[in-house]
Amino acid sequence: MNNLMRIDGLSTHFFTEDGEVKAVDDVSFRVREGETVCIVGESGCGKSVTAMSIMGLVESPGGKVTSGSIEFQGEDLLQLDKHTLRSMRGHELAMIFQEPMSSLNPVIKIGEQIMEPLRVHLKLNKKEARAKAIELISQVGISRPEQIADSYPHELSGGMLQRIMIAIAISCGPKLLIADEPTTALDVTIQAQILDMLRQFKADSGMSILLITHDLGVVAEMADYVIVMYSGKIVEEGEVVELFSNPKHPYTRGLLKSKPVINQRQEELYSIPGQVPNPLELAPSCYFHDRCEHCMPVCRSKQPVLQDVGNGQKVSCWLYEEALIHA
Amino acid sequence: MSTYLTKRLLYMIIILFGASLLIFCLYASTPGDFITGNIKLTAERKAELREIYGLNKPVLERYGLWMKNALHGDFGYSLAQQKPVLQLFNDYIWNSFLLAAVSTFLTWVIAVIIGVVSAYKQYSWFDTLVMVAIFAAMSLPSFFIGLFLIKILAVDLKWLPPGGIITTGSNATGWEYIKEVVRHMALPVIVMTLLGLGSLTRYFRSNMIDVLRQDYIRTARAKGLRERKVLFTHALRNALLPAITLVGFELPALFGGSLIIEKIFNWPGIGQLYMQSFGLRDYPLLMGFTMFIAILTVIGTLLSDLLYRIADPRVRLQ
Repeated sequence: MNNLMRIDGLSTHFFTEDGEVKAVDDVSFRVREGETVCIVGESGCGKSVTAMSIMGLVESPGGKVTSGSIEFQGEDLLQLDKHTLRSMRGHELAMIFQEPMSSLNPVIKIGEQIMEPLRVHLKLNKKEARAKAIELISQVGISRPEQIADSYPHELSGGMLQRIMIAIAISCGPKLLIADEPTTALDVTIQAQILDMLRQFKADSGMSILLITHDLGVVAEMADYVIVMYSGKIVEEGEVVELFSNPKHPYTRGLLKSKPVINQRQEELYSIPGQVPNPLELAPSCYFHDRCEHCMPVCRSKQPVLQDVGNGQKVSCWLYEEALIHA
Repeated sequence: MSTYLTKRLLYMIIILFGASLLIFCLYASTPGDFITGNIKLTAERKAELREIYGLNKPVLERYGLWMKNALHGDFGYSLAQQKPVLQLFNDYIWNSFLLAAVSTFLTWVIAVIIGVVSAYKQYSWFDTLVMVAIFAAMSLPSFFIGLFLIKILAVDLKWLPPGGIITTGSNATGWEYIKEVVRHMALPVIVMTLLGLGSLTRYFRSNMIDVLRQDYIRTARAKGLRERKVLFTHALRNALLPAITLVGFELPALFGGSLIIEKIFNWPGIGQLYMQSFGLRDYPLLMGFTMFIAILTVIGTLLSDLLYRIADPRVRLQ
């Protein structure tokens, strides 16, 4: 499979009154054609900022991509002029968000909101765009599409709105769909339907998906490749089966351990002790060290680098560097 | 919808009756009456005149009489001017309306534009400049700005006439007349626009800042829409929604005149007439004018509710 997108050394920083926050710090990964890559991590670990950096929608002023490259189909998105990048957004790069209820404009009809990218990117006229919009609405499994096209967002449920968001995202046949926690705000039965739908569209069109989530159930169901982020850095990545059956990083292990398992009723669910470190007070160290049960002196003073540990798995942890040195 | 309207109209009538009673009692209980101030009259003559004007009757009886006539469309004669109240309104209100309409229009257009731009460029030098200017404009009293501009533009530079609606003794007609009025309007309109601009710009700026943070703006950008389209189609429509409520207040303000501005620029508007009548306790005129503003206020409120219903699909009226 060819690479669709290759991110190299991406850093996105926010400049706040209290100091500089490295929301995304030297992150590199790639998404191959037709592949689903999941980025997992707690809130504030930089997964959404990574997505917004790809889209070129980092909040500004305040946030800025400070270094790195995002090569998409052979072109560096960060070097493109505004106009070219805008013409790719919603066309080759599409995105859906966490909150379907607030992601659509409350005073514009659903149909018109679907028509907008069709008119801008595919240059359809009003009539063609409307026909296509209605077709898209029925494609995302909503009945009475014409009536829905003429209704407003508040008249639809959260699940239906997320379907509409998907309809907008796939309307121009994107190569990459970025889904930022697409099912977090929805109830479980709807979650499954939405994920099924994403899989279906991926199979039909061959697009790649970059799925951002904190839900390991979703990861297991959707991902080909998994990236685990912590405090703006990648701590572990690998093929989904490998990573789930053989997690290396203590943080990944902790995450997998804290997932409830059906049929195993525990008195208390496992949770990783401690808190995510304050992003303003990060010193050179493994950022996970004060929550880690295997913490060694070196973890407090030096940052481990992402190392290949075989089986296509990479991990950034001193435990494995030691092992490599001794081997 | 029609039940809603019927209900609203019924409420409006009840409110207006209540308001008229309250206003009448308030005017009646202010010390003195139309006769008191006239020092040339003897005590007997005063009593006689009070008898003629019916000012010695109990308040409620006077109110009943006023209401009976008002319901027949008769708002009485001004005691001081000896002209029908409605005719006086017609003579003065349109002058006030002219000033208010032009300055309100300018205020809204300029406030929306500056508000949108400074929200979009929040914390830029432009935004900072706007915020400082707004603060200055809101802090200065109208008489100061008015007199200051008269000093600069009318007295020193002699660009614009300092007051009045036409040049004294002029009998221009047609185009010449219109040009003259426009020249005389310029200063009061500038002052009124400056005065209204501050708070409204701040209002639109903060609405727009709120809206620009919304998820649907992010969606619009993620769709690859032009920034202009994101701003004016997606953001501005939502930012303008709460301003519809203000329309309800603007309606009475359009016809209500402006006491201070009309006084400073010697503009023959209803505001000046009202102030003069209040000093003289010219009850029929005071009552007629206040009721007129009350009627416009309730109509304005209804209008803004209906407009909201049209502009925001989420609003249901019942």
